[in-house]
Amino acid sequence: MANFETVEVTTDVLIVGGGMAACGAAVEAAYWAKQNNLKVTMVDKAAVDRSGAVAMGLSAINQYVGLKDGENTLEDYVRYVRNDLMGITREDLVANIARHVDASVHLFEKWGLPIWKDDDGGYVHEGRWQLMINGESYKVVVAEAAKNALGDENIYERVFIVGPLMDGDRCAGAVGFSVRDEKFYVFKAKATLVAMGGAVHVFKPRSSGEGLGRAWYPPWNSGSSAYFTLQAGAEMTCQEVRFIPVRFKDAYGPVGAWFLLFKSQATNGLGEAYMQTNRDELDNWEPYGKVKPVPANLRNYLMMLDVMDGKGPIFMQTAEAIKNLSETVPDEKERKKKLKELESEAWEDFLDMTISQALLWASTNVQPEEKASEIAAAEPYFIGSHSGASGAWVSGTKDLSPDDYFWGYDHMSTVNGLFCAGDASGASSHKFSSGSHAEGRIIGKSSVQYVLDNPDQPNVDSAAVEELKAKILAPIDTYEAHKNETTDPAINPNYIKPDMFMFRLQKIMDEYVGGVSSQFKTSKTNLEKGQELLQFLKEDSEKLAAENLHELMRCWENVHRMWQADAHLRTILFREETRWPGYYFRSDTPEMNQEDLKVFANCIYDAKTDSWEMLKRPIHQLVD
Amino acid sequence: MPSYVNVEKCDGCKALDKTACQHICPNDLMVLNTETNKAYNRDVSMCWECYNCVKICPTQAVEVRGYADFVPLGAQCTPLRSTDSIMWTIKFRNQQLKRFKFPIRTTPEGAAEPNGGFATHNDISNGLLSTEPEASGLSELPKLK
Repeated sequence: MANFETVEVTTDVLIVGGGMAACGAAVEAAYWAKQNNLKVTMVDKAAVDRSGAVAMGLSAINQYVGLKDGENTLEDYVRYVRNDLMGITREDLVANIARHVDASVHLFEKWGLPIWKDDDGGYVHEGRWQLMINGESYKVVVAEAAKNALGDENIYERVFIVGPLMDGDRCAGAVGFSVRDEKFYVFKAKATLVAMGGAVHVFKPRSSGEGLGRAWYPPWNSGSSAYFTLQAGAEMTCQEVRFIPVRFKDAYGPVGAWFLLFKSQATNGLGEAYMQTNRDELDNWEPYGKVKPVPANLRNYLMMLDVMDGKGPIFMQTAEAIKNLSETVPDEKERKKKLKELESEAWEDFLDMTISQALLWASTNVQPEEKASEIAAAEPYFIGSHSGASGAWVSGTKDLSPDDYFWGYDHMSTVNGLFCAGDASGASSHKFSSGSHAEGRIIGKSSVQYVLDNPDQPNVDSAAVEELKAKILAPIDTYEAHKNETTDPAINPNYIKPDMFMFRLQKIMDEYVGGVSSQFKTSKTNLEKGQELLQFLKEDSEKLAAENLHELMRCWENVHRMWQADAHLRTILFREETRWPGYYFRSDTPEMNQEDLKVFANCIYDAKTDSWEMLKRPIHQLVD
Repeated sequence: MPSYVNVEKCDGCKALDKTACQHICPNDLMVLNTETNKAYNRDVSMCWECYNCVKICPTQAVEVRGYADFVPLGAQCTPLRSTDSIMWTIKFRNQQLKRFKFPIRTTPEGAAEPNGGFATHNDISNGLLSTEPEASGLSELPKLK
């Protein structure tokens, strides 16, 4: 076996991940831990300053309820999320996050995030729930508060966590390795907080060369949360609810400001507004088809109908929007000033969060005030914090949740001592960056409560740790054992490198499970064929080979993706209906079945028997 | 390429234990070539073009050339990030130039207090998080009606 030193770290609360949810968990857990003489440790595969989905920055905060000014109520937010997810949502979780999210936003502002203000000192809204920010350093500012709370000595950067450490049915920590030095890490903890983001590159991206990395959600979201919770034996929910964003084509620049702030319209290549011309289709998806705003997947679907009819390309009518906005200012001098402002706002929208889109506009000489720009549906992603919903099935909270949704500690998974937030927790969509931070704060507190109630350090079997170490480092051994057998180490019949492994996964998912090239359509027979091919891939994962630490991380990231793919495929197969056209369409069950399938489709993986259990859980409507 | 390193400008961060770009890349792509003492992007097809390596480089040696499989050549977005603002110079393919400056933070670097200056409480058993209800701007924890 590769000769890596084993480093053991014993702590009370372990935070795995470094993004928005993890940073929220850090500030809150550190506060309660200090009062109770407990230790909190954070481990991140990158540098906390710029890790996670907000690493580049953001141009808006997408969840702000505005409770203090009576702008909206908790009930308003619950209704909005329920409708957008076609009825499938945990209203208790959504409400719990919504009642804590404003505090996260107010903290961001105190920490130094510039939030746009109007002349009266109120926040500038992009839409009902969205605030405009100067967000280039959003993550830097949020990370700073987390680091100040924890202390540098409690933060491990560039350590990649592979999976959980278990003591029977209790999570006992996590294991992984440094991507800088040959060290194997064993973190022993009384409570483990999973916040490692969603999953990208499970499906084949649209780009074929260098642009592979330009996914809408960042490529370093590799399914690590899903793998961790699945392997721990946690019940998972909404694994079928992928998200497909419609964004500016190819570079995936944000459209929110254009639709909501600039009131822009999208049309097909013939200039027809598909939301109007295809409106009748919404009748088929009642009651959700008739609510405002129209659910994101249905908006996608009305657009896709035109694309499938060959009526593309689809355009965001930027020039028309800017013209309409400037015409609201009658004075010519004032109008010029307004145009200048709009231009700056439009460019900042990209430069704060998707610089590639600014580069694409500059390289194609686009002036948004002069001509329209193309938009398109991206490939599917797993992002429980946005309009997707995949993640672990977690406990609600005492004063909001029905009995079967509550088991003692807020947002704890079904595994004792294992807590989830952000993309790691499911059925609580529309948390975005701010709600993920708020959910992190929620588990920061509830995990300390758990540790106080369960003060014993879990037992960790050292033989089991050695077994995990051998398994995790195996790709290095495989490479060393076979690398000299061929003249080019990239090709060898005895192993598979992580890049080709990922391409194989992406091809299976794309072609059989409703990716871009199959127009997001699938069926039972397609899924079963995909499952057969996925099984071969799973067997071949034993032959992954890594030349160095970077590739070892890539090997495990792709194993994580494969498990996310497996849970996704099984759950689409289990839910015999089409509920989210525009995300995926099951051509053999093309209609929504409100009578039998307005339920959660959950799954549990049992590592001991290598078997899956699929189950339905009831939906409790808490808000009228 | 997405991000690439200018040979003339890169000084390998003067042989510190790691280069700035290597420290910050969220996807573990930037590496120091110890023979030439220059950094490089080891896997351009996994680059998100997040520009963190560009922004952090002390010698402005890192730049981005858009994904060649869909971005025409000739444009450039160049940031200059200070402690409170960022200045962007956008060069178009047709040579037109635009310049924008945006604020990035309102407080001095390093000053973020975890509790944000809000009052905290000591009741671990209730549903209020440490800085609530003050940080929420409310008098109590809201419930569903």
